Amino acid sequence: MLTALDKKLLEEIAELHDDPPGAFNIRKDGKGVQRRSLEGIEIRSKEDQPGIDVLVAPGKEGSVHIPVILTETDLSDLVYNTIEIGENADITLVAGCGIHNPGSGSARHDGIHRIIVRRGARLKYSEKHYGEGEGGGKRILNPKTELVIEEDAYAELELIQIRGVDNTNRVTEAEVHAGGRLFMFERLLTDGEQTANSDVVVNLMGEGSTARIISRSVAQGNSKQTFNPRLLAYGPGRGHVECDSIIMDQSTVRSVPEIWAENADAELVHEAAIGKIAGDQLIKLMALGLTEEEAEEAIISGFLK
Amino acid sequence: MLKLDNIYLELVVEGRSIPILHDIELDFQAGKMYALTGPNGSGKSSIARVAMGIYQPTGGKVFLNGEDITAMGITERARMGIGYAFQQPPRFKGMRVVDMLELAMKHSDGLNCQVLRQIGLCPDDYLDRTLDNSLSGGEIKRIEIATLLAQNPKVRIFDEPEAGIDLWSFEQLIDVIGDSHREDTTTVIISHQEKILNMVDEIILIEEGTVSMRGNRDKIWPQIKESAQCSCRRSCRLEEELYADCPR
Ligand SMILES: Nc1ncnc2c1ncn2[C@@H]1O[C@H](COP(=O)(O)OP(=O)(O)OP(=O)(O)O)[C@@H](O)[C@H]1O
Ligand SMILES: [Mg+2]
Repeated sequence: MLTALDKKLLEEIAELHDDPPGAFNIRKDGKGVQRRSLEGIEIRSKEDQPGIDVLVAPGKEGSVHIPVILTETDLSDLVYNTIEIGENADITLVAGCGIHNPGSGSARHDGIHRIIVRRGARLKYSEKHYGEGEGGGKRILNPKTELVIEEDAYAELELIQIRGVDNTNRVTEAEVHAGGRLFMFERLLTDGEQTANSDVVVNLMGEGSTARIISRSVAQGNSKQTFNPRLLAYGPGRGHVECDSIIMDQSTVRSVPEIWAENADAELVHEAAIGKIAGDQLIKLMALGLTEEEAEEAIISGFLK
Repeated sequence: MLKLDNIYLELVVEGRSIPILHDIELDFQAGKMYALTGPNGSGKSSIARVAMGIYQPTGGKVFLNGEDITAMGITERARMGIGYAFQQPPRFKGMRVVDMLELAMKHSDGLNCQVLRQIGLCPDDYLDRTLDNSLSGGEIKRIEIATLLAQNPKVRIFDEPEAGIDLWSFEQLIDVIGDSHREDTTTVIISHQEKILNMVDEIILIEEGTVSMRGNRDKIWPQIKESAQCSCRRSCRLEEELYADCPR
């Protein structure tokens, strides 16, 4: 059912070699092609819209893979997924989208995720983007994630896009309730004529809610990146935003963090930095016998790790 | 082994060319240990940077085992066996200590995983640490030294290895540098420490961009003290003159 190419894409985005260990749903070129529900993790198709519901029962532990692959050109795939992690469950969720665009038309995936992490639950969510193709057609990914973290729940989001995607517009919105914690780590590398925008809004709603957002990016060639992380505290929450970019060649990076508090006990911090690779870092690695290119590569891959 | 032949160095700073080194004649031999000492700003690190290829001399030549390497870049020189532990090692976001040591060992023959232990850092605690601001000044300095030990080049230049290192570890550091020195290696230590000046075969005093004296400890030590006093006296006198003119 899955071709060698499909498997390669799945490996890239979800590190899947064979069947995923837990529950899974694989979507290919706009259609679900393989699915497995498990006791306590139910995956079912939506009736009114394209997409799936993933329902995790309270207290359940395990993993869910819901990768999407696109292998055709002139394809626009829009999908709505709703994911509910039951109270005190502990789940690793691997999403992500891999595009192989063989032609000159565009291949586009817009994935809209609604994720609810119920009281006391833990979610580790990872979303990796990957693109390839020889026809010169654009590879476009526009993920939107709406996240609700209920009381004392924890969510960790890892969002990765390293080369290969021409245009991406990422929107992430999170609501963190009392005692809830969010950790978000975004890593991005663009080159050539690629563009990437990332808008993040995190609302700290209740007492003891916390959020930490780390964004690391490298811009090469003529690529353009914009980051707009916003951290809003409506209650006594604590939050930290950190945007750190390495700028190279003729690229453009724009970073506009915002913090906003409506509560005297809120504590919010933002840090943003854009700069080229430091000369003494390159020299240090070259003095170990690396060429300048190898040194750059080592610095960038460490930075994005 | 490493020869600096009539080196001149000028650096262009804000469009103006400033002289840094002049008339440097140095021949570092295999199997010997050397100390470069002298006042702040006298040009010690600049000599190391010229040897490593980080600064291109404005005049003169650099030889390694008789081969003219003046035109060679940093990478090539490193691969030929020159290594330099920085005075102020850079920090790297995301790069771990183990990554750095692996890079250092890539172009060396001797694989040495014990280098961290040798400089008093427990590998279990440090291998996975990131080389960023989370490490203290002394820690980053020790890791820099461990990196040079892991690289194990034929010519080893340590730039103020004692800086920021606590007293207890300092003894250990001296032992490690001494023990790892071999018949076929040349060790150059830039230092102000009496203990280090005592352990080397030859001390080279650098003043105002050139070699002002060389010899063993007994010859150089009195000279260091005297020149320190001299420059103090000079700056004091300068101050006197300034204050004399000062209409208060
Ligand atoms: N890149 C540079 N730009 C401008 N000036 C420089 C540069 N490198 C060295 N210098 C100047 O050259 C002189 C010698 O510097 P160097 O770092 O070699 O001194 P040093 O002997 O190592 O001093 P220290 O004991 O303080 O480490 C100093 O006056 C310094 O300011
Ligand atoms: Mg110096």
